[in-house]
Amino acid sequence: MIGIVDYGMGNLHSVSKALERLELEYILTDDIEQLKKTDGLLLPGVGAFPDAMKTLNEMGLTDFLHEWADSGKPLLGICLGMQLLFDESDEHGQTEGLKLLPGRVERFVGHTANGEMYKVPHMGWNKLTFHKPEHKLLQDVEEGHVYFVHSYVVKHQEEDVLLASSEYDVTVPAVVGQKNVMGTQFHPEKSSHVGMSILRNFGELVTQGGESRE
Amino acid sequence: MLTKRIVPCLDVKDGRVVKGIQFVDLKDAGDPVELAAFYDEQGADELVFLDISASHEGRETMVEVVEEVAGTLAIPFTVGGGINSLEDMKRVLRAGADKVSLNTAAIKRPELIKEGADFFGSQCIVVAIDAKYDEELGSWRIYTHGGREATDWEVISWAKEAVRLGAGEILLTSMDQDGAKTGFDLALTKAVNAAVTVPVIASGGAGKKEDFADVFVDAKADAALAASIFHYKETSVAEVKTYLKEKGVTVR
Repeated sequence: MIGIVDYGMGNLHSVSKALERLELEYILTDDIEQLKKTDGLLLPGVGAFPDAMKTLNEMGLTDFLHEWADSGKPLLGICLGMQLLFDESDEHGQTEGLKLLPGRVERFVGHTANGEMYKVPHMGWNKLTFHKPEHKLLQDVEEGHVYFVHSYVVKHQEEDVLLASSEYDVTVPAVVGQKNVMGTQFHPEKSSHVGMSILRNFGELVTQGGESRE
Repeated sequence: MLTKRIVPCLDVKDGRVVKGIQFVDLKDAGDPVELAAFYDEQGADELVFLDISASHEGRETMVEVVEEVAGTLAIPFTVGGGINSLEDMKRVLRAGADKVSLNTAAIKRPELIKEGADFFGSQCIVVAIDAKYDEELGSWRIYTHGGREATDWEVISWAKEAVRLGAGEILLTSMDQDGAKTGFDLALTKAVNAAVTVPVIASGGAGKKEDFADVFVDAKADAALAASIFHYKETSVAEVKTYLKEKGVTVR
């Protein structure tokens, strides 16, 4: 059973529909007691980092997510949900994140070193480059295109955490993971067959019980 | 590298796709869900559903369509037409649409763009602009109500204002080219694209696969929308993409 953390941010409908298509059982709730009973967590998210952290803190979900991460059970953040896993973000000032993964979230600069402008948000289909194709999340997944929509990007992450990336002026960490804590910057639920295979792999990880952080 | 997007557009009235759909191999050419799946298989990067229902019942039916499409489609889709309030946006986004497209309502009350962007994030808010060249103005003028009413807005100033208020994307339709099938309006697309920092979807005028290469290479559009050329099978999404690849345009 997968628990989708409903903290009021994001398009929960498309995530849950994607799980239904894959015939993965899930519950969508903000109730910590119910989430505790699940075997894997999905942390979705669309919107602003500070609002999201504020909500997680107020709902007691921050502490819960830390306990969860320590338990070794799988956790997958999607889009903003992935960014929240990192140390901090500079979105509308400095905000501390969940600090489950090392790195910080910064806005796309919007122009190259040569002063050439590029569009922000990074919106559309971009190609993945796998750095750790052997990772369980990426097994039997095509190194293809996935759908991104974001204006902020993870930087200064540890090399070790980067499972896949895409190129958009800067290198965009696209899939990250350290033990049981994982994330995708793109929307797997909107990324056609490539995204669906990643979600299917997450479903398998959940069934297998994840990997302890200790 | 970000790919250029091909976006088929479907007109939906009272829950059925209308206007010139010729798909002999489909069970039901009027079923939005079946058509959406068909375009998805062909490699469409995104879809736009334009709700042209005139009645309240029609709008309610659209929400059911959105739910069903969201349940089957693993690519993003936008819903436009008749979205006049934050409540309207909530209804279609909660039903599973990824973006809403605002047109007349945004001109009438530009603050609506900000309200939507504040609540859902800019990435959900597409501002659709219908523009027609105006000799007197020396630029393109904005029209509303499906192109029937002229406004005082000039296209660049409105596009910039829309982005300032939080539009995450501009869906730019050339009224001069729309239906002419002689290619996208390259000058208009180029002008708007250079003025804003968000992606621009060019629309109106696609008649053949070569037109897509022009709008991506010359006018630097981020995405291109077309309806009848795909519906009438004059070309297919797959064929357009194969051609674009030959021309060195990055596509999925």
